[in-house]
Amino acid sequence: MGATVQASSPAVLNEPINIESPKKHAPRVMFGETLVALGHENPNIVVLDADLACSTQTAKFAKAFPNRFFNQGIAEQDLMNTAAGLATVGKIPFLSTFAMFASGKAWEPLRNTVCYSNLNVKIAPTHSGISLGEDGASHQSIEDIAITRVIPYLTVIVPSDSTETQAVIEWAAETYGPMYIRLIRPDVPVIHRKDDYVFEPYKLRVERAGTDLTIVATGETVYFALLAANRLAEQGINVEVLNALFIAPFDVEGMVASAKKTGKVLTVESHSVIGGLGGVVCETLSEHCPTPVKRLGVQAGRFGQSGKAVDLFREYGIDAQAIEEAVVAWVKG
Amino acid sequence: MAPIIPTPPVKLPATFQPSYNGTANLPNDVLHKIATQCRLDALEMIYTAESGHPGSSFSCLDILTYLYCSHLRHDAHQPTWSDRDRFVLSKGHAAPALYAILMETGYIDKALKPTLRQVHSKLQGHPASQYISGVDVSTGSLGQGLSCAVGMALGLRLDDSPARVWTVLGDGECQEGNTWEAVMSAAHHKVNNLTAIVDRNRLQIDGSTEAVKGLGNMAKKFDSFDWNVLEIDATSFDEIRSACQKADELAKTTDRPTVIIANTVKGRGVSFMENQAGWHGKAPNTSEYEAAVAELQALLK
Repeated sequence: MGATVQASSPAVLNEPINIESPKKHAPRVMFGETLVALGHENPNIVVLDADLACSTQTAKFAKAFPNRFFNQGIAEQDLMNTAAGLATVGKIPFLSTFAMFASGKAWEPLRNTVCYSNLNVKIAPTHSGISLGEDGASHQSIEDIAITRVIPYLTVIVPSDSTETQAVIEWAAETYGPMYIRLIRPDVPVIHRKDDYVFEPYKLRVERAGTDLTIVATGETVYFALLAANRLAEQGINVEVLNALFIAPFDVEGMVASAKKTGKVLTVESHSVIGGLGGVVCETLSEHCPTPVKRLGVQAGRFGQSGKAVDLFREYGIDAQAIEEAVVAWVKG
Repeated sequence: MAPIIPTPPVKLPATFQPSYNGTANLPNDVLHKIATQCRLDALEMIYTAESGHPGSSFSCLDILTYLYCSHLRHDAHQPTWSDRDRFVLSKGHAAPALYAILMETGYIDKALKPTLRQVHSKLQGHPASQYISGVDVSTGSLGQGLSCAVGMALGLRLDDSPARVWTVLGDGECQEGNTWEAVMSAAHHKVNNLTAIVDRNRLQIDGSTEAVKGLGNMAKKFDSFDWNVLEIDATSFDEIRSACQKADELAKTTDRPTVIIANTVKGRGVSFMENQAGWHGKAPNTSEYEAAVAELQALLK
């Protein structure tokens, strides 16, 4: 089905990639448009939201298929459990709201109703991490990767740009099982050309091969890692950049192979350094290939805060400059 | 253990006749016998497991018996039939009651009785949909079943299915906020193919529901949330039958969901368990078990 579904792919997804001056596109817009395309293909796809349909972009589906869209109001537990009920009668529910509430308020229904029953519910919240920005810490989910990846049966996916978002949503619609697909608010650089993009589920994606150090990034921080890699190359440091599109299940083999090659691993995420990407990488390497790891992200003991996304990336030390400095200090230090 | 993928609903020819087609109209004495046998089975499971919830199982067993044996359209040999009536035991701690009625109606082998709450058993402490055919969603964490039932009702309506959705909630469970989120959703989405039955036994673990956190006038509460409301004495099969039939009628004549506030007796059927909060979730010892069995067996004669 993936091959036949065509969301209105904006031209920007097929322009040549230039990391230094990237074109931007909003993954949540791609999410909304892909849902509409899938809705035309498959009458079993239904969508639920909790009064954030305009923000999450599910409003597009609501407009196209009003009878297959359910606004559950500001009631996230109800949102999650209603989606579970729809799945039991053969529907493929995609639900969205902000990641804070999908993973936080609805965590227990996600675990006990959706995952324990192994129901085919796709949780695709937007506005994850600190790039949500101005609304501040109350709305910034910096723990959602940690608290979703521990749930049995749940696949946790963090797309890095619009191209990946489209591929993931199409794959999710045709692949059985509960999934948590972590999307974000801002427009972000397009780092994959749709024409050459090959989607490989469950794999760490090697975005750039290198030998001196491995940077594992996830979501929007993959771009920062690639930008930092350019700067580092100018200084003679040749880093490998891995894109952790799949957090759970995690690609142990891919991680170990890269760690063996470089001997140093730096993780980068718009999330707490506890329990998220940094957590899964440390767990994996400690057990399978002990390797020094440093973790960039929201450090222990900190919440997020209000601010522009770009300023927050700086403040919390996950932008390209912070990555570059961390690598230089480590490799040359 | 690898996750089990539920079998998707299957369309059957219109000529298909389920073994329970909702028109059996069983007389009270037959229902009473089945319910008593189910109480014996549930108690045996709890006694063997040395844990479980007899009081909560017994309060809803008359309702489950009527629904499964005389009202719902379903067939244990076609558990994935797309147009079967759905049932959600939102008060999942009454699992032994559900297992007993699913044994009675052919979904679960009675030989599994001694495995309740044991390692590797399908009969988990709370119903796990992965392991029990005919159970669509796992329950046990309170407050979640009504939302699931609303989701089922919405999906069935999209498919123009004649199937109806039934759920039994505990009254204590109505202290959960999620229950009222679902109550609002059901009315808002006008899911008239849904009937919720509240097992109003007035007791929860810590004591009387009104002492722990008062539920007050539940009929009035549901009415103000725009539901059809029926209230019955659910120790009477006549009243259970007529309320369920009335709910079917309301499903056709109104665009509202219907709730049946079923006034029940916790521990019903065993004199020393009746209306005792202490029997909410406690297994009987040997002498208590023997006394309870004697009382229930006397009812069968």
